[in-house]
Amino acid sequence: MNFNKLFKAMLVAVPVMAMSACSTTSESETDASSSMGGSNNGSEMTAGGVETGGVAPILTPEEQQRLKYQELRKEHIIYFDFDRSSVSSEFSEVLNAHGEYLVEHPNVRVMIEGHADERGTPEYNIALGERRAKAVAKYLQSMGVSPSQMSIVSYGEEKPLDFSRTDAGFGKNRRAVLVY
Amino acid sequence: MKILTKWLILGLLICTAPVKAALDIVITEGVDAARPIAVVPFVWQGTTPMPSQISDVVMSDLTRSGTFKPLDELGLPQRNISTAANFNAKLWSNVGAEAVVLGSVKPYGADQYLVNFELIDLVKAQMQSGGPSSAADYVIDSRETVISAAQFRQYGHRISDIVYEKLTGIRGAFLTRIAYVVVDHQDKSPYKLMIADYDGYNEQMLLRSPEPLMSPSWSPDGRKLAYVSFENKKAEVFVQDIYTQSRTKVTSFSGINGAPSFSPDGKKLALTLSKDGQPEIYVVDIATKAIKRITNHYAIDTEASWTPDGQSLIFTSERGGRPQIYQVTLASGKVSRLTFEGEWNLGGSISPDGRSMVFVNRTNGKFNIARMDLETRFMQVLTSTRLDESPSVAPNGTMVIYGTTYQGQQVLAAVSMDGRFKARLPVGQGEVKSPAWSPFL
Repeated sequence: MNFNKLFKAMLVAVPVMAMSACSTTSESETDASSSMGGSNNGSEMTAGGVETGGVAPILTPEEQQRLKYQELRKEHIIYFDFDRSSVSSEFSEVLNAHGEYLVEHPNVRVMIEGHADERGTPEYNIALGERRAKAVAKYLQSMGVSPSQMSIVSYGEEKPLDFSRTDAGFGKNRRAVLVY
Repeated sequence: MKILTKWLILGLLICTAPVKAALDIVITEGVDAARPIAVVPFVWQGTTPMPSQISDVVMSDLTRSGTFKPLDELGLPQRNISTAANFNAKLWSNVGAEAVVLGSVKPYGADQYLVNFELIDLVKAQMQSGGPSSAADYVIDSRETVISAAQFRQYGHRISDIVYEKLTGIRGAFLTRIAYVVVDHQDKSPYKLMIADYDGYNEQMLLRSPEPLMSPSWSPDGRKLAYVSFENKKAEVFVQDIYTQSRTKVTSFSGINGAPSFSPDGKKLALTLSKDGQPEIYVVDIATKAIKRITNHYAIDTEASWTPDGQSLIFTSERGGRPQIYQVTLASGKVSRLTFEGEWNLGGSISPDGRSMVFVNRTNGKFNIARMDLETRFMQVLTSTRLDESPSVAPNGTMVIYGTTYQGQQVLAAVSMDGRFKARLPVGQGEVKSPAWSPFL
């Protein structure tokens, strides 16, 4: 009887877990699997009613760096100053995380989208968006990412994130987005 | 039963939906010096109700031109006159207007109507009202045409064109269209390329896409539109026949394929490609797809537009550090800078008479539409709206339509070439942008 209940619960739980794994689209695949693996830490009820305990593994510096980068890779937007396309130093850590990952996974491809705020003409902003995307590509390339792993598209002012048309809103729209 | 009710409700909704243009023009700044004119409601000579009032179209057109100010029809001394023969100059002696438009509409067979109209020189008629005079002395123009019910608005614009040209010496641009992009971010397929009469009526969708559509540009015969579509997740330039719906992909290089502009002979497109690194101006032969690079600079070069003679292009370049407008002669490749005033100048196009340039100017961080006289280099900022972009000049050079922001929404607006008449074209759903005024049709 109990077993039957558990089986039913699993019927529900397994697809939910699978779904949650699928729903992570823009983050890399390793992020999704690690969050599932993470649930093994801590205590958990199993079939016979026994309880298991565990401790967090002792991480080597490399592993710690890897986890930090995994976290940083969840950030995939780089913001720019008005009419500027240089990558600000505050985003170097985020880009380093993406760069390292791409170097380690030469089969993974990334699309870099360039965007602009709504000031100026749509045509000029397409050019500006492309320059921003290229600045990010150049940064990643300098880390050893192969150009063949990267593609670029500029949407100019056509896909704003923020519609307020305030200075803060414009700031959110001047961006490059890494899409895996 | 439920389905029937649904249909009934739907039917009711359709019946009660007001017959209204998608784009309603609101005049935000009139011209004090607009010339008074009298438009007498056209007399209907049928037994069934009149399909629509043609003279209403004429009145709206003349008002929107910014040049004329039609008098209130209720104040006119004669209202039920259909020809100059019934016109009594004596009754009109105190009316302060320069001309009178009058006419009639009568059924003329199945879905056929005979439309008559006459344009009277009121000043001349008033001067002659003392002595005997014949209508021929003061009738400036008179025409008779058979049209269908569907052509009422179109023929109204035709009458407006004639009246405008007779009284100003400038060809009217009332029988023209505008193309523009509507974006509704709530929608699954948010980007739409639309086309409408110049006054917003008869709005039609030419293309709908889940990805951005940009930069519509008319062919000189008014039959085709070039535009940019991201439907394949990259920028590509297409040319679409607005009647047959047939589409041709003109360029799909890596990087930017943008800002297409038809040459005056309609055979080529000037456009922006970044396939060789930086955005540069190219000219592509539409039939052969052969491309020729025009500019060569490490800075951004984009948004080219032809001079009316087809001998040169004007374009936006950052080669001086900030976006400014330059001209390049196609034969020699010689580049010269056109704008120096203000922080930025971009998105320029030359008026049909070749005498002025209309563009986006940035001064003190504000983006507005400006005009520069090409001979004197005198620049005038025409608008005072917010975040102005994409100016497009009417084919008769009297008006500019452009994209702007009003109450947090992108809308279209119009301004006369002297900056004195201003109007806004609000919309219901979504953002409206990138207007392009058609050539004469």
